[in-house]
This record gives sequence, structure tokens and C-alpha cells, in this order.
Amino acid sequence: MNRFEYFRADTIADAVAALAGSPGAKALAGVTNLVDLMKYDVATPSRVVDINRLPLKAVEDTADGALRIGALVTNSDLAWHPQIAKRYPLLSSAILAGASAQLRNAATTGGNLLQRTRCYYFYDTSTPCNKRAPGSGCSAIGGVNRIHAILGASDSCIAVHPSDMCVALAALDAEVEVEGPQGQRKIPFRDFHRLPDQSPERDNTLEPGDLVTAIVLPATDFGRHHTYLKIRDRLSYAFALVSVAAAVSLKDGTIGDVRVALGGVAHKPWRDRAAEEQLRGKQPSETTFLRFAEDVLRESEGHGQNDFKIELARRTIVRALMQAASGTPQDQSDKVVR
Amino acid sequence: MLPSSSTPTVPVVLTINGTRHELSLAPWITLLDLLRERLELTGSKKGCDQGQCGACTVLIDGQRINSCLVLAVSRDGAEITTVEGLASGDDLHPLQAAFIEHDAFQCGYCTPGQICSGVGLLQEGHAHSREEIREHMSGNLCRCGAYTNIADAIQDVLERQSASREAAE
Repeated sequence: MNRFEYFRADTIADAVAALAGSPGAKALAGVTNLVDLMKYDVATPSRVVDINRLPLKAVEDTADGALRIGALVTNSDLAWHPQIAKRYPLLSSAILAGASAQLRNAATTGGNLLQRTRCYYFYDTSTPCNKRAPGSGCSAIGGVNRIHAILGASDSCIAVHPSDMCVALAALDAEVEVEGPQGQRKIPFRDFHRLPDQSPERDNTLEPGDLVTAIVLPATDFGRHHTYLKIRDRLSYAFALVSVAAAVSLKDGTIGDVRVALGGVAHKPWRDRAAEEQLRGKQPSETTFLRFAEDVLRESEGHGQNDFKIELARRTIVRALMQAASGTPQDQSDKVVR
Repeated sequence: MLPSSSTPTVPVVLTINGTRHELSLAPWITLLDLLRERLELTGSKKGCDQGQCGACTVLIDGQRINSCLVLAVSRDGAEITTVEGLASGDDLHPLQAAFIEHDAFQCGYCTPGQICSGVGLLQEGHAHSREEIREHMSGNLCRCGAYTNIADAIQDVLERQSASREAAE
């Protein structure tokens, strides 16, 4: 681990100033990913700003019926929070599908958003990687790429975002509250993470000095018509090969508002709003959902070892939408997919 | 106040197994290294050192956490329990006794982490069924493959706890 300057922030303003004041500064919260990356010398921050004392641990209602989650609320506290379990069970389910109990106890909401890819080459400093060392090349293209992207990749990076929680947040149209050197702003979730294009070193649209302070969840009404279906190499404690967060509003057996977000397939949680629009007014059926899946995956592209993910994604989308439409969400302990 | 250019050691107070420690630490010292190398509490084990195996699991303010991924300075003021702090004198924690009774280990390297994690699981109260115990223990790997007996030990204590709770009601 590199030697760094340590600064414990007592106020949000202090934290933002400390982050903005040093180009290589990183915020430290639950540190489940940052310390991991520092041990591999993938992250070598010049300054570490400890934000654990900031007042960002509340889950509170907003005036317009939304729920605001402080960036330092741990993944466990969020998943088991009575208001989340009641109003956003899709989010609880997605969080509990990720990592282990120990990691969820330490990991924070803000940190989950900012976790970095698990691409083998990103973690291996002896190999080229455009995300870790811009301009050095992509080792995964033509290399070992079983876990890599099938949508939205570029010729400079085919890494995927590893989060489960973020897939649910994408489906829920969350907003990210940010405090930066220019003050506060809100970023719609779809604009928070980005596709790699020619600058894969940037996972998201944050600017230097920005600090994530909260996630805001707008009111939704999906009842039990949701699911988080995660397909992975072992039953627990593994990153998704493909995951699907699905939520459907049904009125008289007809699809209204419908959200389908995919994890494990792209550099960001993947949604296709045009395809979702096409589902409105239809009756839920495997045929309809298969057509939807084909539509979402129309531009999917494998890189050799991950070709199987295209068919896997097709089947997972259909199964997830059937689970959501039937009101039978995937159980995250009993892993039988029904 | 913003930091000066050189980082001195940071004053940190931690209560570990009931004993208060006033420490002065470099900020890059992990809690696991502090416990093992400086405080000679070698019960917590270093397996992968990357948060993937669970051998380093300890309880921080009652919650199970991978101590290898925690910078000790970031937990100033915390109460920490390691496997050395679970027994009261010669009286083992019920889960420690259950591990012996069910032969829930072979080489024993993962055991301190398994037991601390199991104690965390029991306190959380989210696991009720066998499937839930297995799911909520998935952060602790056992290369000897003692999983069946580990789950038996935890299930045994869980059932005895709920039986005694019902008897009290």
C-alpha cells in the first residue's frame, strides 16, 4: 500500500475542500473496495479523506414523498431498513444478493456506487489496462473475457460495473445528490455512471472534489411485481454474470410502467427505455417478454469467452419479467429459480 | 483545518475485548495487522488479506466485519471483539462449545472467523432456516470443507436460543 496523507473530515465542506485540494485524493468510507485496490497498488491516492464522521447516516422522507438515503448508510442497514423493505423491496433484494454479510456491514451506499470493476486485468498491474493506465491498451479484448461486457463496450474497454445495488437503483430511477466545489447538485441515476468510450478511466460523471452525499428514491408503486434475479458461477458471494432488476405495474392484467435494468453486461447498469415503452399496454407472457429481450439485446456483442452471456441475458430477462409479473420475487436465500 | 504535507501518526482509541487501548497509528495500518502484529491478538487470521475469505472477521460495535479491509484509524472510538474475547474465563461462548460438539473444523484456520461471523449472524437475527444460515455465512470460506458441521453448530445454537426465548415468553 502506498503512503498517503490522512485527513479526518468533520464537515462536508472540509471534506470537499480536502478532496478538491489534491488531484489524487480519495474519500474513505467503508473502505471495502478502496483498501482492496490500494493493497494491489491499483489505487494509489496521495491523500485519503476519512468521511466517516460526516452526518450522512440518515434515511428520511422528503416533502415530495421520496426517500433520501445518506451516503454513509451501510448496505446492511439499508437492506434491512423497514422503509426500504416495505417501499423498495427490489432494492433490499438486490443489496442482499451482493457480497457477504461482513462486507455489507462495512460497505456504504455512496461507496457501492463508486466501486470499481472486477476485470482481472484492471487488478493486475503487470498488464496493460486503459481503465487503470489510460492509453496502455485493453488486455481483455482478445484475452480472458468470460465476465466482460456484451453491451455498450468500446475498443478501449470491455469491463463491467460490478454492483448489484446499482442495478436496482437504475430500475428505480434514483437520483444521486452530490456536493462539490461549485455547491450541491442532483444527478439522475442514468447519467451517473458512463459508458467507456475512449476514456474508460472515468467510471462516472463526478468531477474532482465531488462528494456523493445521498441517494434519493422517488415514490413507486410496483407492489409485489418486482424481482432481482442474479445468475452467477456459485450460489452466493460471487459477482453477477448477468443480473436483472425488473418491476412492473399491472392494471387489469395489462402492463403499465415497466422497468428492466441489467447488471453484469455493461460498464453501467443497462436500461433500454425505448424497449420498455414497447411493453406498455401488452399482456404479460413469455412470448412478449422474449420479444422484449431480443430488442434489448439487439446490439449485443460477445468477445469470445463471454458469448454465452447473450443467451444467458435473454433467458434471465424473460425469467425475471415472468417472476415480476407473477408477483413471485426471487428469494435471495433459497436460490432455486422458479 | 486542512492537512499539512507530512502525515504524522494518528491518535486512536479502541476498546478491544473490553480493554481500552490508546494508540498512535500510521493511517495505512489495517485493523487486522494492528491486532496480530502490535497487540499480539493472533486469533484473527490473515487468509486472503483481500476481504474474500472471512478468516479475519471480527465484531466492530457488535457487527461482523472483515478486519483486513479496515484502516484502524477510521474506527476511532469503536468497541472490537475478537475470538479471544468471546469466552468468559473458562466458559466458552455457546457457539464455541457448539463448534467442538459438532466437530465444525478440520485444520482450524478459518475457525476464529467462522465463529465471529456466526456470533454476528446470531445477533443480527435475520437467519432462521438452514438456507438462510448458509447464505448469511457465505462470506467465510473453509478450504477443508467443514461447511456441513459449521452450519449444524450455528443451527444448534440458533434453535436453542429461540427455544429459550419461547420458554421465557
